[in-house]
Amino acid sequence: MPGLEDLYREIILDHYRNPRNRGELPAPPAVRVEGFNPLCGDEVVVYLDVTDDGTVNDIRISGQGCSISQSSASMMSSAVKGKSADEVRALIRTFKAMMSIHEQRLDGSEEEEPIQPDGDVKLGDLEALQGVVKFPVRIKCATLSWNTLAQGLDEAAAEAPAG
Amino acid sequence: MAITVPLDVARIKKDFPILERTTHDHRLVYLDSANSSQKPRAVLEAMEHFIEHSYANIHRAVYEIAEEATAAYEGAREAMRRFLNAPSSREVIFTKNATEGINLVAYSWARHNLGEGDAILLTEMEHHANLVPWLVLREEKGVELRFLPITDDGQLDLADLDRLIDGVSLVGVAGISNVLGTINPVRMLADKAHEAGALILVDGAQYTPHMPTDVQALGCDFYAWTGHKMLGPSGIGGLWAREDLLDAMPAFLTGGEMIRDVRLDGWTPNELPWKFEAGTPPIVEAVGLGAAVEYLEGLGMDAVREHDVELTGYALRTLTERHGEKITIHGPSEPAARGGVISFVYENVHPHDLSQVLDQSGVCVRAGHHCAKPLMRRLQVGATARASVYVYNDEADVDALNEALDEADRLFAI
Ligand SMILES: Cc1ncc(COP(=O)(O)O)c(C=O)c1O
Repeated sequence: MPGLEDLYREIILDHYRNPRNRGELPAPPAVRVEGFNPLCGDEVVVYLDVTDDGTVNDIRISGQGCSISQSSASMMSSAVKGKSADEVRALIRTFKAMMSIHEQRLDGSEEEEPIQPDGDVKLGDLEALQGVVKFPVRIKCATLSWNTLAQGLDEAAAEAPAG
Repeated sequence: MAITVPLDVARIKKDFPILERTTHDHRLVYLDSANSSQKPRAVLEAMEHFIEHSYANIHRAVYEIAEEATAAYEGAREAMRRFLNAPSSREVIFTKNATEGINLVAYSWARHNLGEGDAILLTEMEHHANLVPWLVLREEKGVELRFLPITDDGQLDLADLDRLIDGVSLVGVAGISNVLGTINPVRMLADKAHEAGALILVDGAQYTPHMPTDVQALGCDFYAWTGHKMLGPSGIGGLWAREDLLDAMPAFLTGGEMIRDVRLDGWTPNELPWKFEAGTPPIVEAVGLGAAVEYLEGLGMDAVREHDVELTGYALRTLTERHGEKITIHGPSEPAARGGVISFVYENVHPHDLSQVLDQSGVCVRAGHHCAKPLMRRLQVGATARASVYVYNDEADVDALNEALDEADRLFAI
């Protein structure tokens, strides 16, 4: 039986108590994207400053929610700052692969191709969130900010000057 | 005057099989009855016995077990009529839950009687079940919606009632708020509504499980309730409404059972109450609900209410004493002004985390917006934790909650 220590690792609590990159960026020029978890009311707002070549120059997080959604957003913000759009997308895929293993078993669609983690991507601190998969209802908390980030990257790419 | 015998909770607990199980190696401390209540053995046995002996579809066949099934189903309706003190069982419509009961009023009565220029008065503390059907109606028909605000103590703010109620056609209000626990002044609002020429719909989802309910004394016109919160099975609830209103209302869901005659060039609806019960109804669930009503009648609803007041009072007192400034409890401070619902926010621990940590000690509380997002916005919180008590809870359950809260506090301490 999974215990609370699987869920609430010290590093998670640390990011919850001292969230990194908390705040807002003027949008525009930054891209502002909101993510909601209608089930529990958690919300995350991601502000992305993406350079013309697609690098995440700066990121800020606001919103409110539980320790899992907020710490996941905080760790995510530290992990993506300064990375290229491709690197960030690879990180999103790897993180979601870690989270989705259980999600897929839950809805009985095991045969479905799971999201493939990117071999070279290191999750680092984010691995602390692995325990969340043992608490299926909380997976959505952990992935909320990542889905929001992915949407933000799409919007930034759409707005980027052509060529 | 009936004498109220206090509830013997130790004995009552034994009637609920689920309370014998453990969860995370702890006894089950179920404090989420406002969400859905547990079921006593009497309800399970009634449903099982019915299936084993008399199950058949109702109102359709002449063989013996079909007649028994029809009698059992209609017997449940009569039990519910008695429980609500409704004048006639023709006025007791079974639906699948309170939500469907309210939708019945919105789709049948309101769509045919209201349009642009008409107004409905609701309150800021309504459950989505008594909000969304009216938001939809506003979009479709241009009906104006007004909202009674709430005070900081979680009561309806009646200062502007006369102005707000003037000219409305319908007042919709929860008998008891599922978030704040507030018992609303239904009778007073009913009188005011009638003076203004309006009807009143009471959302009784939280009221009927906890209060002696008398739809005539409440003075309401429509009253929705739900079975799964009053010890009955899920899948059955209903609407009570005055017969003259129901008679004049067009059918809502249509098909078999609700029909008297069908020709290829037209149809005639069945008489009340079946006119509003399309298709095969929740027959087994009705039998379970009837048994739940009898179980509650056996305890006595005055005693149930008294138990709520005492246990809620104990919870409010101990939560405040033990957790002091760390806990913020929403809703009326006076136990007599509320049902068995306590919503709270705990310093530094998000309700979602709180509920997860409590679960490890076997304590089940709900965390979230409780299907009342406008109220959450008014309270300026994203979510609350909510503990709610019922007939099978005692002080030891509240103590377990208090201890589990201490543990959450330790875990999340800065
Ligand atoms: C006040 C209130 N109204 C309506 C409902 C809806 O009940 P149901 O989901 O059974 O239709 C609930 C329960 O969730 C409630 O608490």
